[in-house]
Amino acid sequence: MAGQINLIINDRSIAAREGMTILEAALSKGIYIPHLCHHHELEPVGACRLCLVEIQGEWKKTVISCKTPVKEGMVIKTETPEINRTRQVAMELLIADHDTDCLVCGQNTKCKLQQVADHVGVNKDRLGRLKPRAERLPIDDSNPFFDFDPNRCVLCGICVRTCDELQNINAIDFAYRGLGTKIAGFGNKPRIESNCESCGECVVRCPVGALTEKGAKNPTHQIRTVCTFCGCGCGLYLGVRDNELVSARGDRKSEANNGRLCVKGRFGYKFVNNPERLTTPLVKRDGEFVPVEWDEALDIIADRFSKTGPEEFATIASAKCTNEDNYVVQKFTRAVMRTNNLDHCARL
Amino acid sequence: MTNSTKELGDAAAILAIGTNTTAAHPIVALQVKDAVKKGAKLIVVNPKEIELCRFAHIFLQPKPGTDVPLLMGMARVIRDEGLHDTAFIAERCENFEELEKSLETFDLDTVESITGVPKDKIAEAARVYATEDPASIIYCMGITQHTHGTDNVLAISNLALMTGNIGKPSSGVNPLRGQNNVQGACDMGSLPNVYPGYQAVSSPEHKAKFESAWGCALSDSPGLTHTEIFDAVHSGKIKSLYVVGENPYLTEANACHVREAMEKADFLVVQDLFMTETAQLAHVVLPGASFAEKDGTFTNTERRVQRVRKVIEPLGGAKPDWWITCEIAKRLNGKGFDYSSSKEIMQEIASLTPSYGGISYERLEQGSLQWPCPTEDHPGTRILHTERFATPSGKGKFMPLTYRKSAEEVDEQYPLLLTTDRSLYHFHGTMTRRVFGLNILEKEEQLKIHPKDASLFGVKDGDLVRVASRRGELEARAFVTDRCPPGMVSMTFHFAETPTNVLTSCELDPVAKTPETKVCAIRIERLEGARPAEVSDLSNQNRGQAAG
Ligand code: SF4
Ligand code: SF4
Repeated sequence: MAGQINLIINDRSIAAREGMTILEAALSKGIYIPHLCHHHELEPVGACRLCLVEIQGEWKKTVISCKTPVKEGMVIKTETPEINRTRQVAMELLIADHDTDCLVCGQNTKCKLQQVADHVGVNKDRLGRLKPRAERLPIDDSNPFFDFDPNRCVLCGICVRTCDELQNINAIDFAYRGLGTKIAGFGNKPRIESNCESCGECVVRCPVGALTEKGAKNPTHQIRTVCTFCGCGCGLYLGVRDNELVSARGDRKSEANNGRLCVKGRFGYKFVNNPERLTTPLVKRDGEFVPVEWDEALDIIADRFSKTGPEEFATIASAKCTNEDNYVVQKFTRAVMRTNNLDHCARL
Repeated sequence: MTNSTKELGDAAAILAIGTNTTAAHPIVALQVKDAVKKGAKLIVVNPKEIELCRFAHIFLQPKPGTDVPLLMGMARVIRDEGLHDTAFIAERCENFEELEKSLETFDLDTVESITGVPKDKIAEAARVYATEDPASIIYCMGITQHTHGTDNVLAISNLALMTGNIGKPSSGVNPLRGQNNVQGACDMGSLPNVYPGYQAVSSPEHKAKFESAWGCALSDSPGLTHTEIFDAVHSGKIKSLYVVGENPYLTEANACHVREAMEKADFLVVQDLFMTETAQLAHVVLPGASFAEKDGTFTNTERRVQRVRKVIEPLGGAKPDWWITCEIAKRLNGKGFDYSSSKEIMQEIASLTPSYGGISYERLEQGSLQWPCPTEDHPGTRILHTERFATPSGKGKFMPLTYRKSAEEVDEQYPLLLTTDRSLYHFHGTMTRRVFGLNILEKEEQLKIHPKDASLFGVKDGDLVRVASRRGELEARAFVTDRCPPGMVSMTFHFAETPTNVLTSCELDPVAKTPETKVCAIRIERLEGARPAEVSDLSNQNRGQAAG
């Protein structure tokens, strides 16, 4: 097959595509190499140093697998005593600086740091020797939809690269140096004062619990549908829990948006369960709305419409409603009310 | 759109005119930014310095309402410098000589003086558009909401035709449709002059087709348009009005007139999710189900028909809109309204709408389909006009144009031009205003005004100002920014407590009947004290003054 590269990882023969990195080739065959800063949609940066592997044979050396392309005939080991030692230290330094109250973290069980720790193994005594950070950093909860907790941040830079490479907004970057390094908006001001557009793409990609949606609840199930706001028509999955919408995520298979969403698509679904929703037909009597049964409301309407001539009737249809809703409303106007007085807000 | 959103990412040049893409169509904007990253040249034409300008190579800032001369000026440069695609014009187009004649009046000196754009920038933009291949045009309300909106669109299609930028990947003329299902509502015939699939009501053949399908007699005279309907309600000619999921009070130009009209209606039925400003005026209000509570389809701006699925049970007694309409129809002895599901409705749509002929829920389970999709084995159509145009001769027709001024102009009494705009955080208001977080991100209307004008009228950033037009007035907070050129201010129309459309004009485009909400003369005056309505307060408090 053209563009196919054959290599050996951990004594297994693997076929990869030309241009893949060693990490991608391994992950695609279900071989786990610990990693944090890799994201398949973003340029690799090699920041976390966890994905070290050893190339054996003529190219013998230790490399970071997220930045090294596969080559024909490569022989690779993902675990050696030397690599494991280096990896252990890299991970310990990350954890020493990180909150360990996982049960109250929004990312619990989905966290990539947990996955790394689980694989590498945490030794409590060794960890205890490392000096934890003296002060807790303040949580930035200024954005109405998500929080940033720097105490859980691993500085992988995925959020920075998402905002730059995918969104071209560049609202955030690495600020300060050394131990003081943190992710921040311009001038280290609260996120709401940056040029962040609240698309939430960085929140979705954060591998740990540093960026989390406010009041997030896990859905019991998710259903694929389409965003209701603008004409882009982004595909999304809405998550449900007890007849309430609790989450939205982009549909990666949708040709309209390839999984990406804007602030309205990602967080705007919350209007659906708003307590102000109308839940019963209302009829105005003496200037006041009175709730009535459907039959009563529909009978009143039918009675009034039956006394309206074709010239005296008009329908305003809606560009928010479905095709089926629109088809039926135009058929009704034309076939039952006998008029073409029918329009919607396309012109606006 | 003649082409698809994704293709934009591979264009060599993009002309974005009259669209605030990052705010109104964020996901399309991502494709535009991707294209630029891959080396495409971006030309932005907008009276205001919008966010997209950050990525633009050329930014033209014409006076509002001068798009026709600007585009014709570009066409003139392309013709004069021989950059047009003569083979494409000869093979696929007609009427080029007529266009050439009408270009005579658009020499660059004239165009510069009308548009205020320096002539070498116009020439540069024309060269980039004509020589980078393929080149794509995207446009939105900034083009259509004018008394000469139809001319604007024709001027755009002239440019695309003369450079052969149509019918091939990553090119085309691409209107970005605003609401999620504007495209679908048009396709389904929610228009006064056409049945589903743009089949004219005045054509005896189409009339006969639908009469036999629906088993009833139909009218062959086109009905009234949106704005005409409200005029007819106002004058008492129309007595009953059935409003499904719309809030004309907030979105319609010249809102005072619309409100008066609806107050006069003998019988007003409103179907909506919330007690909107329009619903408050109704005699009967019916609770509709939201998009998450019903099955159906939406058709997006690239003609992509996609399945909308019921995710939760309708809240309380809410019902799908189609169900409600069917129940009314059945009570009036309407035949053919006993559908058991939205799927059955789609079967009827496909049987009567040639471009949807091959669309079914079964196929949509496998993925979306772009119309035209005439038969069950047709894969759908990504790019329109690849072989012929939808004209009788199959050729693309050039349209000669002349410059017509906007109906509304500034004078001493109303010295500033107001244009309406969109925000990323709201979509009209009914739904987004009820999402707590979106209100935090943008909680009140802002009148965006250039520092020069601000100092001229003694207004400082954050001041409360009274804004008055020839039709109405309201209060808004000033936001001083050089993103608006001097002489022009802008506002959105998402906020019920600042109903911008009480100000706007409803002079109509003679063909498309689109109100001219993009150009409106106003005056402003600084107010002391008082703050405008609070975030959560959707009450009437500004309306009293607005109607006055
Ligand atoms: S929410 Fe979007 S705009 Fe804001 S920082 Fe994250 S990626 Fe950037
Ligand atoms: S997610 Fe944003 S861009 Fe996509 S359809 Fe919804 S509103 Fe439009």
